[in-house]
Amino acid sequence: MSDNRAVKEALGKQGAYGEDIDIDLYETGSRDVDQIDDLESSEYRKYMENVGVVADEINRSGTLMFIDNGMSHCHAQEQEGLEMMSVREALEKHDGLKDYFWTAVDPTKDKYTATSYLDDADGYFIRVKAGHHVKNPVQTCMLINQNKSAQKLHNIIIVEDGASLEMITGCSTAHHAGDSIHVGVSEIFVGDNANLTFSMIHSWGKQTGVRPRTVCNVGKNSNYTNNYVILNPVGSLQSFPVANLGEGSSATYNTMCIAHEGSEIDTGGLVNLNGKGARSEIMSRSISMGGKMCARGRLVANAPQVKAHLECRSIILKDGGSTLAVPELEAHVADVEMTHEAAVGKIARDQIEYLMSRGLDEDQAISMIVRGFLSGSINGLPPALQKELDEAIEQANLGD
Amino acid sequence: MTEMLKIVDLHAEAGEREILKGVNLTVKEGETAVLFGPNGSGKSTLLATIMGYSTCKVTQGEILFKGQDITEMTVDERAKLGIGMMMQRPPNIFGVRLGDLIKATSENGEAILGEAPNFKMQNFLDREINVGFSGGEIKRSELLQLTAQKPEFILLDEPESGVDLENIDLIGNKVRDLLYDQRKGCGGNIQRHVSSLVITHTGQILDYIGADCAYVMKEGRIRCSGRPMDLLKEIKENGYGECGACQIIEL
Ligand SMILES: Nc1ncnc2c1ncn2[C@@H]1O[C@H](COP(=O)(O)OP(=O)(O)OP(=O)(O)O)[C@@H](O)[C@H]1O
Ligand SMILES: [Mg+2]
Repeated sequence: MSDNRAVKEALGKQGAYGEDIDIDLYETGSRDVDQIDDLESSEYRKYMENVGVVADEINRSGTLMFIDNGMSHCHAQEQEGLEMMSVREALEKHDGLKDYFWTAVDPTKDKYTATSYLDDADGYFIRVKAGHHVKNPVQTCMLINQNKSAQKLHNIIIVEDGASLEMITGCSTAHHAGDSIHVGVSEIFVGDNANLTFSMIHSWGKQTGVRPRTVCNVGKNSNYTNNYVILNPVGSLQSFPVANLGEGSSATYNTMCIAHEGSEIDTGGLVNLNGKGARSEIMSRSISMGGKMCARGRLVANAPQVKAHLECRSIILKDGGSTLAVPELEAHVADVEMTHEAAVGKIARDQIEYLMSRGLDEDQAISMIVRGFLSGSINGLPPALQKELDEAIEQANLGD
Repeated sequence: MTEMLKIVDLHAEAGEREILKGVNLTVKEGETAVLFGPNGSGKSTLLATIMGYSTCKVTQGEILFKGQDITEMTVDERAKLGIGMMMQRPPNIFGVRLGDLIKATSENGEAILGEAPNFKMQNFLDREINVGFSGGEIKRSELLQLTAQKPEFILLDEPESGVDLENIDLIGNKVRDLLYDQRKGCGGNIQRHVSSLVITHTGQILDYIGADCAYVMKEGRIRCSGRPMDLLKEIKENGYGECGACQIIEL
């Protein structure tokens, strides 16, 4: 637990990256929210489905939904070893979650973590007990439904030794609530010989400010995959998830984004390879359609026999924005193998014309190449998401 | 017979150099024309210019297709008029799967995928187009794509080069299928209604498709024309050194 004074001071601390957001301009979102029993008949259904959260819950092990700052739905299928509830409930039930609560993320990191801490933000708690494999994905949905509000959440995910979990998280704003901010702290714990795939699809409003703060601590011989997709316009988004890897573990980050005109996106991530033989791959594919795009990636090797690769590729489809790729490799021991690749530019003309020579018009050719470029970033994407992704790419109107 | 393609005094630049220096050439409807010529003489550049690739800039002259001036048209406009091309060295199309492209370009949609085994391409439908394809695989992929597209006029750039002896039959027969429409045969005769312009160095492909006339290109110009087998024999015996000086047919 941090000392409150230090956290209060951190309220004035800007984030390391991304433009500064004045949190005080937004009213903290309400905790007293609609309780939804039946997602299918819910008025929020379309927002959920836009971000990969299926209302009928078919092929899902459970669904947890937050509207603004309160939980509005929590339902798990009969599934041994899976626990789902709000963090607030979990704190009571599990003795303050003392090994987890605010142990991975430092509340004094910046103003966004500090405000979540001081507001005692609630969020989802998902735990898979040792040795259990959750068959279907668990889905969570975070919706902002109040304009001029700040959604503040604090989530905790625990995948214990020998367990596995796949999560799909969709975040969205209701049409009328576009001028708002989302601050989501997520603390993730993956034990030894465990697996977690965490896929996040975001679809915000044109003015929304988004500042997730995620840290994942991974034990030995485990796999952590983090997929992140944002294809719709957003105001300002900055995200830099951190993974700390133990011996023999691996982390894969796949990021896919489109920076539309007026959007500012700063994404990427840091992987600390702390254990011997840890591996990581950071892949980022982005498109600038006149927006500001920054793709970061940082790999830090602190142990021998580490292998890591970083790839940032960006296509610029429209002038007016900017694109920055920042790949960083840092090693503190000799016996490592780290590489990176970065490429920024337009689509090669000969590729477009080749498809045109088969009868596609220019827009169709470009959108086919862009679609391939984007979906090429996510290997091991949950099949359940492929359809949603294809639809989202379709809707992104890449041809114009 | 009407003229399918008519090229008049065509000058074109690639890489800021004039490569085509006044090309004149005609292909009639249903005709297969062969284009011979030494390496670097401008054959592929001519095909790319007919297709409308922006690497080739027309500075003078015109290209008529079925009587219509297409010199300024975009690549897809030409494709929609019925021109198709098998490239010598097609680009890698990262991220786009071969199966998706042929589905998108075939009027029969999904059904075209069933053709893949006939091209030994069934295991390539999920691969990115041309990425890592071997020389022979590229040829088969190009032909499968053309089969999906069904052009009326086909530009073939060395369809048989780099193809092994076993696959040459496949390539030859598939090119033949593209050019000859079996259904239109009357009185048991197979009729040709698709026209083409074929580049070949060895003439092997001609064993499968036959050809009506041939041209020799040298240094960006058509130097002579004649019967394909006569020209091929001449080139095999004397090389291209005599071209322009030979007396087969003066243009
Ligand atoms: N984009 C370009 N930039 C510079 N030079 C080019 C470009 N395209 C073609 N050329 C040049 O134009 C000339 C003709 O090339 P082209 O590919 O048309 O020859 P070709 O007759 O098809 O030869 P081959 O039989 O070897 O295939 C060559 O010297 C080539 O280097
Ligand atoms: Mg050539």
